[in-house]
Amino acid sequence: MVCRILAAAIGVGLIAAAVVASAEPPPGAAACSGCHPVSTRVTSPVPRLAGLDRAAIVRAMQDFRSGTRAATVMDRIAKGFTEAEVQAIAAWYATQR
Amino acid sequence: MRVSRREFLTLGVAATSAALFPLPTFAQGAAPRVVVVGGGFAGASCARALRQADPRIAATLVEANTTFVACPFSNAVIGGLRELSAQQFTYERIAADGIAVARGTATAVDAQARSVTLADGTRLPYDRLVLAPGIDIRWGALPGYDEAAAALIPHAWRAGEQTLLLRRQLEAMPDGGLVVIAAPANPFRCPPGPYERASLIAHYLKTKKPKSKLILLDAKDAFSKQRLFQAAWAELYPGLLEWVPLSKGGNVTSVDAATSTLVTDFGRHKAAVANVIPPQKAGRIAEAAGVADRSGWCPIDPVTFESRLQARIHVIGDAAIAGAMPKSAFAANSQAKTCAAAVARLLTGGAPSAPKLINTCYSLVAPDYGISVAGVYAPSSGQLAEVPGAGGVSPADATRPTRAAEAVLAEAWFRTITGEVFG
Repeated sequence: MVCRILAAAIGVGLIAAAVVASAEPPPGAAACSGCHPVSTRVTSPVPRLAGLDRAAIVRAMQDFRSGTRAATVMDRIAKGFTEAEVQAIAAWYATQR
Repeated sequence: MRVSRREFLTLGVAATSAALFPLPTFAQGAAPRVVVVGGGFAGASCARALRQADPRIAATLVEANTTFVACPFSNAVIGGLRELSAQQFTYERIAADGIAVARGTATAVDAQARSVTLADGTRLPYDRLVLAPGIDIRWGALPGYDEAAAALIPHAWRAGEQTLLLRRQLEAMPDGGLVVIAAPANPFRCPPGPYERASLIAHYLKTKKPKSKLILLDAKDAFSKQRLFQAAWAELYPGLLEWVPLSKGGNVTSVDAATSTLVTDFGRHKAAVANVIPPQKAGRIAEAAGVADRSGWCPIDPVTFESRLQARIHVIGDAAIAGAMPKSAFAANSQAKTCAAAVARLLTGGAPSAPKLINTCYSLVAPDYGISVAGVYAPSSGQLAEVPGAGGVSPADATRPTRAAEAVLAEAWFRTITGEVFG
């Protein structure tokens, strides 16, 4: 019994640790830096995503997808991502510096 | 027996590793070796992304040149809007990242022994090989257009001296001259490229040599961003730029370089300045490595970019058959990062996850008039397919301020991507 609880707890712990420790970007995230600069040395009207508020990224993507936020290409790109994918990408960028 | 949490964890992970991951490279003790051939947008991006994905990977980048000359925006150099120096990048920062930059040309791949041989005889062993050789010209595919002819009639489809040659010819041309461009059949590097080039040469003629004319002979009846280009041409270059599609005799069947004449089934076009964008294939090493099929391009797995023809060899960028993804610098960079993540996973015995890729391509129709195409891609039925409902081109009814904004974004894109790849 103790063993089973322990194993379950470890299982949860492992998953949580994997999510927190994973430096690997979720599907789609790495492609953003084609336009969104990673480096602070690059000047661009396109914002850096690293360190942005997770909810703000999610909201921006929702607004681009629905057309409520004016865009040039982001309306077309946002439509290619599911809500779950956007959540994962936003969470990952929020932890980047 | 009491098993502590830490021990349990260690045992559990070890047992899982042994069961799931047969002989990962790390388990054999040595740092895994990845050789990347080709230091363009695909290869240089991949070498860097490999080190970021796992700093234990020993990455070697094989590249023949000390300076990279970027093709995107090279049409602006031809049109006199930009200097070639703005297109040039070195490998110093890449080497500073701990990537071994091997200067040389890869001439052979031994897929069994897993090694790459360079022209000087150097052998580079690998655990995984990434080929990013870009394009080669299919010399001989267009009668009369060989390497000697290209010294008279530039292709300017690999940026550098050819870019400057075409620009100098345009500068030397008297006002009232005829410029003729030949665009190839699909597939080829940079699908909107011939049309951007025609636009920016037309802009040069309109502002500097307004009595001149440009004819674009095309081996196709349809092309990338076609409606946007044609609307812009009608607005900006009426009577100056004429596009001749395949069905109206646009297919160039031979070239007479000595007289600067392009021959079609319908007639002969003697040009003051000619530019032949010839048929292409994957860079030479792809064929030598056995990863190119009869089309001349390289079939790949859409999750890992591993060759369909040779195990442990991955192909990215223009050389790959990437389904719906175009042969563009943005796509090459996106593919490179996907491939690097997959290679890092495979080297540790893990399973790569299904990727999602993006392409965004800007074209300039004039210095202050930009248009774009975007797409989102995911593996589907063994190919990279467009995600339905996403992507597409700039709106047909966009205002001039929007076109100007896209021209600004185009330049910002170039700064950003070259910063990520070479900066």
